Amino acid sequence: MRRRLWLRIGIVVAAVLASVWYLYPPTQTINLGLDLQGGIHLVLGVDVDKALATQVERTADSLRSDLERRGIAVRSFERRGATEVVVQFVAPAQWNDAQAVVRDYGIFETREPDQAAGRLVLALSPREATTLRDLAVRQGLETIRNRVDQFGVAEPSIQQQGDNRILVQLPGVQDPERAKALIGKTALLEFKLLDPRMDVETALASAPPPGSEILYQRRVDRQTKQEQRVPYLVQKRAVVTGRDLSTARVSIDQTTSEPYVSVEFNAAGTKAFGDVTESNVGRQLAIVLDGNIHSAPVIRERIPGGRAQITGGFTLEEATDLAIVLRAGALPAPVQVLEERTVGPSLGADSIRQGMIAILASTALVFVFMMVYYRLSGIVADVALGLNLLVLLAVMAGFRATLTLPGIAGIALTIGMAVDTNILIFERIREELRSGKTVRAAIDAGFVRAFRTVIDTHVTVLVSAIILYNFGTGPVRGFALSLGVGIMASLFTAVFFTRLLFDLLYMGGRRRESLSI
Amino acid sequence: MIELFRAPAFNFIGRRRWAYLLSALVIALGLASIIAKGGLRYGIDFSGGTLIQVRFASAVDIARIRAALDTIKLGESVIQEFGDPREFLLRLPLVELPAEEVNRRVQEALARDPALGQPEIRRVEFVGPQVGRDLQYQALYAVLWSMVGILVYVALRFDLKGGAAAIVAIVHDVLVCLTAMSLTNREMSLPVLAALLTIIGYSVNDTIVAYDRVRENRGKGVRRGEPFAAQINAAINQTLSRTVLTALTTFFATLVLFLFGGKVLEDLAFVLAVGVVTGTYSTIYIAGALIVDWTLWWEGRTSRAKKAVARV
Repeated sequence: MRRRLWLRIGIVVAAVLASVWYLYPPTQTINLGLDLQGGIHLVLGVDVDKALATQVERTADSLRSDLERRGIAVRSFERRGATEVVVQFVAPAQWNDAQAVVRDYGIFETREPDQAAGRLVLALSPREATTLRDLAVRQGLETIRNRVDQFGVAEPSIQQQGDNRILVQLPGVQDPERAKALIGKTALLEFKLLDPRMDVETALASAPPPGSEILYQRRVDRQTKQEQRVPYLVQKRAVVTGRDLSTARVSIDQTTSEPYVSVEFNAAGTKAFGDVTESNVGRQLAIVLDGNIHSAPVIRERIPGGRAQITGGFTLEEATDLAIVLRAGALPAPVQVLEERTVGPSLGADSIRQGMIAILASTALVFVFMMVYYRLSGIVADVALGLNLLVLLAVMAGFRATLTLPGIAGIALTIGMAVDTNILIFERIREELRSGKTVRAAIDAGFVRAFRTVIDTHVTVLVSAIILYNFGTGPVRGFALSLGVGIMASLFTAVFFTRLLFDLLYMGGRRRESLSI
Repeated sequence: MIELFRAPAFNFIGRRRWAYLLSALVIALGLASIIAKGGLRYGIDFSGGTLIQVRFASAVDIARIRAALDTIKLGESVIQEFGDPREFLLRLPLVELPAEEVNRRVQEALARDPALGQPEIRRVEFVGPQVGRDLQYQALYAVLWSMVGILVYVALRFDLKGGAAAIVAIVHDVLVCLTAMSLTNREMSLPVLAALLTIIGYSVNDTIVAYDRVRENRGKGVRRGEPFAAQINAAINQTLSRTVLTALTTFFATLVLFLFGGKVLEDLAFVLAVGVVTGTYSTIYIAGALIVDWTLWWEGRTSRAKKAVARV
């Protein structure tokens, strides 16, 4: 009996020591949620269909030029839906030659072949579509991670959620608007030649010639803040794109002291850029970012060094962010904000203060109530409650769990529920005493008989907490977690630990006549 | 020894018809209120939309904010003071524009009125239509699964009759909470849903304690011929003090949370507090009473059947 007593004391001491060890120092071990420390929670939807369409268009373009290089004339080459291309050959006689070329493009399946009419449909194969979708989400995630890393956020969390969503959590960000712009920008940089075949007005009035499109340059007047949109007719095919960049950085113009972004191309980009500038001296080259023209300078001479400048009246901040997104690369598909929760740091601080007041006040109220109602036994329950809070926080720290504002509510609620276990036991002991049992027998019977009920009540609350945890997101999860952990901890503190204290108080050598309960 | 009840012998079960009437009235009132107000109010978590919490440098007239927001025409927005005359919640419905754009326009509109001073944006929440719809489904599943989980547990632990009565009591508690929410114009949000799920798990506790006592008393041997109603009534009385005391401590915690936990937690704390009270009531008057009526009905049917057999 005595040895078991020492063993139980040992377990409690070990639990206390372990808790303190995990918890110390609390300001570093307790992870505060975004709603408490301020920050951004974003759920981004990746437009994977757009990624598929881009890939289909790009592959179809190179297929077409392959066909034409081998002398197979194509009358029309039309996109149908996001993933299909309808091809009409000029001469059905070239069917077999065409098939040989098409076969090299494994991402397409041939459908509805009509040899007599010289017509077929190329469809993106379902397997390829799945791979591309996955790739778009994974690359998007990597790109965003890159951008966030370069932006400099402490402990960001970027994860895939479901099939095509990306969850971004940035704690403690001071300028949420800027961070969101940085993350959400597609950042597709393209250099496109202006199309001299037609002037812009005619193209606007009728339609742009095949292979060209109209893009706009947006100019905001600094004084009036009026926005002007200047149209340009540009070739659809980009000469070089952001993929061909090796680096991008911010520089300051010596004369105007305006910041701009200077980019350097990699070997392939340098060659392409050099060739194009050489053969197009005197023409304008538009610098296009996400479909908006930034500037369209005239090519004065061949540019051999593989360098270019993007100007456009940036602020230093804008230029810095543009350099970051260009370095990190473009998103393979546009993203859209599906859910956003941003909390400013001052609100987080207020929430922490109010949460602490609530926890302290409910602890105080429950402490006093138990002490008044159950006297010495109430104090025992209060000590157990203190241990419960310690273990609860230590478990949260140990699992690197996040404490949210609803999580604080969960702790406050746990305080009310944890003593319930002691109330069940104490009421049972009182009942056993009334039925004439001795102090020791009443304690024994009370703990044993109440135990089954205690388990019942724990199971039901735990069922709710587990379902809530699986269902909930962010803050609500925090509530489920602290409630669930608190309830489990109370099994140890309110049953095991309280029993130990009772044994130490009443199971000593002397025979006890009364119980302070 | 302080005792809340000394050997209580209330005739709970005998007055159960009055309790049914009271519950029916409260729930009818709630339904009437919900219908009159055009349904429960859903927060942006479920309906989608944008919520912006702003704090102005000094107290601001709500009409000025409304006038400023009217200039950008983003639909029917709700403006409410939030715990402080300087602080407001602006709720905007879902519109075609992307989230950043809505936020930017609101800030510009507020900045245009010099009387509003320099507002501080303390919180922005945007929930898109897809996420809102997902959350609605998930919420429904979460509530249903909790009930299934508890039905299965109580059915395994006692019997199906007990499980069913416990579920009816839970539905009753949830309806009472919804009534209280509708009457006080509170919104259904994620934290409120969390509170409802907690109540589902919590309110069945006392019911289990009472059922367990019935079984224990039977184990000791019930006096022959003691009607089932009397057994239940005795069990409820014997467990009355612990039912009330455990509810009391939890109620203390939720009350403190309601009073001091801040505006963001207010709705959650409110629903928890109401739920704890109605949970205790439903243990005594709904779960216990229903089982009595069910058993009486069942016994009546079988005895009638026996008589019918005897007559033949």
